Amino acid sequence: MNQKISDDLAHIRSMMERSSRFLSLSGLSGVGAGIVGLVTGILAIAILKKYQIDFSTDYVFNEKFVFELFVLGASALLLAIFCGCYFTVRKSKKLGLQIWTATTKKILVQLAIPLVVGGVFVLALLQYNLYGLVAGTTLIFYGLALVNAEKYTYSDIKYLGLLEIILGCLSLFFIGKGLIFWTIGFGVLHIVYGVILHRKYK
Amino acid sequence: MSLISGLNKEFESRVRLGIMSVLMVNEWVDFTEMKNLLQVTDGNLASHSTALEKHEYIEIKKEFVGKKPRTSYKITEVGKLAFQQHLAFLEKIMRQ
Repeated sequence: MNQKISDDLAHIRSMMERSSRFLSLSGLSGVGAGIVGLVTGILAIAILKKYQIDFSTDYVFNEKFVFELFVLGASALLLAIFCGCYFTVRKSKKLGLQIWTATTKKILVQLAIPLVVGGVFVLALLQYNLYGLVAGTTLIFYGLALVNAEKYTYSDIKYLGLLEIILGCLSLFFIGKGLIFWTIGFGVLHIVYGVILHRKYK
Repeated sequence: MSLISGLNKEFESRVRLGIMSVLMVNEWVDFTEMKNLLQVTDGNLASHSTALEKHEYIEIKKEFVGKKPRTSYKITEVGKLAFQQHLAFLEKIMRQ
């Protein structure tokens, strides 16, 4: 009798969790995105060196420099999204979970709201050539997106989000060093968090 | 063994337990999603959900999205209360 009841309780818990949280999120997605972030950050610092640009003092940039930075950023974004999707889809197949559910839609909306607002804010910064504030701003809005999505997946992503927000806020006061903070936030933190998540929820 | 008699017979089946659990934490859940979550057949889900509806534990909404019919489920206040009571009983028995 007790065995049946404890099985029932476990079943209830698992059904509530499966139906309300996105459990296919893979730690390897974090590691993949982190490696992309790390390489991108280093390449971006190299581009700045090549053109001898210091964001804390320069406000006028030549077109070639802007173009290179844009191509780097856009390809990094695509690659990171690809990594994220690939490992997450793989994990959902392994766990036998559906990928396109109401919960998935909810978590995507929760992520998108801060990210879209952050994107618009960054466009405004670029419009006024305030490049030095861009790295910190992306960290802050990305962190807010993670904190916002926390209730629909592993709550661990809240801590990653808070760390990204703290890094982003700090970086605003070290203008010219933004890319270093960015590389730590999107590179190192993602890798560390990905490894922790991967071990915890194998 | 008087505690056992307090258990709600309607929730004895795994499928019904599953339906109630999912609806406790989600508002409207449609047929396909419920079926995938519980991993049961169409007929199985239909008969158990109809039984729960008869007791007014859940509400069933049938509508058309374009030309496709869509069935969705939602828990009622009565259902919430009954399920909470059932859970409390289960926990009580476990603690003994």
